[in-house]
Amino acid sequence: MNASFDDQKHSNPDQDSPRSVRFSSTGKVSISGPLCPTPLRDYPHIILGHGGGGRLSSELIEHIFVPAFGNDALRTLADASVFPVHRGRLAMSTDSFVVRPLFFPGGNIGDLAVNGTINDLAMSGAVPHVLSVAFILEEGLAITELIAIVGSMAEAARRANVSIITGDTKVVDRGHGDGCYINTTGIGIVADGVDIAPSRAEPGDAIIVSGTVGDHGMAVMSVREGLEFESPIVSDTAALYPLVALILDATDDLHVLRDPTRGGLATTLNEIAVASSVGMMLDETAIPVSPTVASACELLGFDPFLVANEGKLVCIVPGPEAGTVVRQLRSHPLGAQAAVIGHCVADHPRTVVARTAIGASRVIAVPIGEQLPRIC
Amino acid sequence: MKYLSEFRDGRRARMLAAEIGRIVTRPWSIMEVCGGQTHSIIRNGIDQLLPNGVEMIHGPGCPVCVTPLEVIDKALAIAALRNVIFCSFGDMLRVPGSRDDLFKVKGAGADVRVVYSPLDALKIARDNPAREVVFLAIGFETTAPANAMAVKLAKQQSLENFSMLVSHVLVPPAIEAIMNAPGNRVQAFLAAGHVCCVTGYASYPSIASRYRVPIVVTGFEPLDILEGIRRVVRQLELGEARVENAYERVVTEAGNVAAQKVLREVFAETDRTWRGIGTIPRSGWRLSDAYLDFDAEHRFDVADITTHESPLCRSGDVLKGAIKPHDCAAFGKECTPRSPLGATMVSSEGACAAYFNYGRFSRSER
Repeated sequence: MNASFDDQKHSNPDQDSPRSVRFSSTGKVSISGPLCPTPLRDYPHIILGHGGGGRLSSELIEHIFVPAFGNDALRTLADASVFPVHRGRLAMSTDSFVVRPLFFPGGNIGDLAVNGTINDLAMSGAVPHVLSVAFILEEGLAITELIAIVGSMAEAARRANVSIITGDTKVVDRGHGDGCYINTTGIGIVADGVDIAPSRAEPGDAIIVSGTVGDHGMAVMSVREGLEFESPIVSDTAALYPLVALILDATDDLHVLRDPTRGGLATTLNEIAVASSVGMMLDETAIPVSPTVASACELLGFDPFLVANEGKLVCIVPGPEAGTVVRQLRSHPLGAQAAVIGHCVADHPRTVVARTAIGASRVIAVPIGEQLPRIC
Repeated sequence: MKYLSEFRDGRRARMLAAEIGRIVTRPWSIMEVCGGQTHSIIRNGIDQLLPNGVEMIHGPGCPVCVTPLEVIDKALAIAALRNVIFCSFGDMLRVPGSRDDLFKVKGAGADVRVVYSPLDALKIARDNPAREVVFLAIGFETTAPANAMAVKLAKQQSLENFSMLVSHVLVPPAIEAIMNAPGNRVQAFLAAGHVCCVTGYASYPSIASRYRVPIVVTGFEPLDILEGIRRVVRQLELGEARVENAYERVVTEAGNVAAQKVLREVFAETDRTWRGIGTIPRSGWRLSDAYLDFDAEHRFDVADITTHESPLCRSGDVLKGAIKPHDCAAFGKECTPRSPLGATMVSSEGACAAYFNYGRFSRSER
């Protein structure tokens, strides 16, 4: 991967190319081509050369990635990171993050990318262990923004006690990306005896949500659409393993665990209802929604149950265990508003129904595509 | 939510429903005109609280559902043009034209953007002077003032790259068309509160007396709708046919006079085709002659559109209340929310989509 800055003239993001920097690779950043003498600080924005494997690339690694993510595995800058495996089974999950805007109240694409993947691991009962990260940066992204994103990733990883042990960066031409895309892949460890699957819900089980729904989606939407509210809507992005540990502590019989991200609570519950072939009867008034999110949804004609969350979980446990689980969840700040929102039933299998505020019922269906704002 | 949660109170809703049950002595068919009311009825399950025999017929007041196929096809043709940025409210994107919908055209490379207001489209036009920006102006009298204001501003600011594809529809002519239709079953109307907020309701007494039909101006929250139903049922039981305003916190008899002035300036009445229903005389607005330069139908060559409506789709009969969605042979078979034949299966307030989702549940309950 010998890079020369001549490569900057051509750009084909599809090619694994001189414009690619693997910041876990030693030899490949020691380039033999012409070196740009200008240090990182003289480039306030990402240019194609930052993905070119040359000095600019190694400066990104040296000055941004390694200091932020610093851990022994990454510092070796080898082609691959080697780490020890503990007892138990491994869980693996990957997720790509594209969000516009990159920064929103309560977070940015960086902490989202870390929390999103480790939450997927946590939903299988795994203790998140290590992460990889791959950036696709758009030419023109401010270096200060990249530093902020990487800083948030490092902070989120530190909080969740996971290490970012390998990574990759590519740069695409201006106009070919929304500033920054991130893929993270995570590996976690599942303890013996933990068996959580979306198909294990049974009639009589209680459905619990760990807090208010719709916060993340409406936080992003309010910034994107320039909507202002008396109190800003803040994304709920957070790592959920601490809550999972509390639930596993409270019950030996955790049936289902999911984080209702894209598609919101409604989509997640429908997926569980189908996978387990149960019906669900929810109490709409028991589902926590913050007043600001409720107002914003009202304004745009959105259903908060269909709006994305990034720091909430749904768990399904046998009815008699619900009280203990909710109490445990409420002992943690992330679960302070945890509530039982309904039960699994034998009637109307694969259909999620909610008792409405006026005592009637409605089907909570999954929309065909994305939720669209209504005309009137 | 102040002024909303008060009108969703379950205890009061059940009291109102019980009151309706006390005064009703025989079956009545009531049409809620507005799609927003239909949405609220389905969303809250209001119809489930009503006594047996009081039937709600979902009217043609969903702008997504009644926008004619021809306009959708014109929108698709214009959106596909290279230099065009096509702006629309979100829920129009999935409405099927003869072949495609706006999502598919967007996927094929057209620049289609969802906006929340026609003023957003105006800003896009200002920011992209080399591109033609077209806004799909549909809806009832409710959305018309903002659209009128956008055109007025475009003219004031000489934004020559902005135009509108206009397909506005009007409520009073639709009510008359329904009452005149053979086999009509509608005995009373809940008039659309937000339409009346703009237009007032001075034009309704003549309709009420001519067709001997009670009309109650009604809001959108559960208590609003139940109160509207209570009032029409009371009139029906007493043999009255008057206009009442049950949405006084928003609607006055005169309406929004300032908005009406702009509407008169920017729009002119025209015959309009309603999807599934047919042409209703003087039931729509087009841009007035003074604003013809901003009419996308004049700016782009889209006169030669031949439309193809699915012969299976009976959405018109559904919209008129002549049949229930599941009476249509295609319902749930050829026509589902995933592959809708008609717009009533697309919109969340479309009667067919609502029945499709709710029907699955009620069938399995039995």
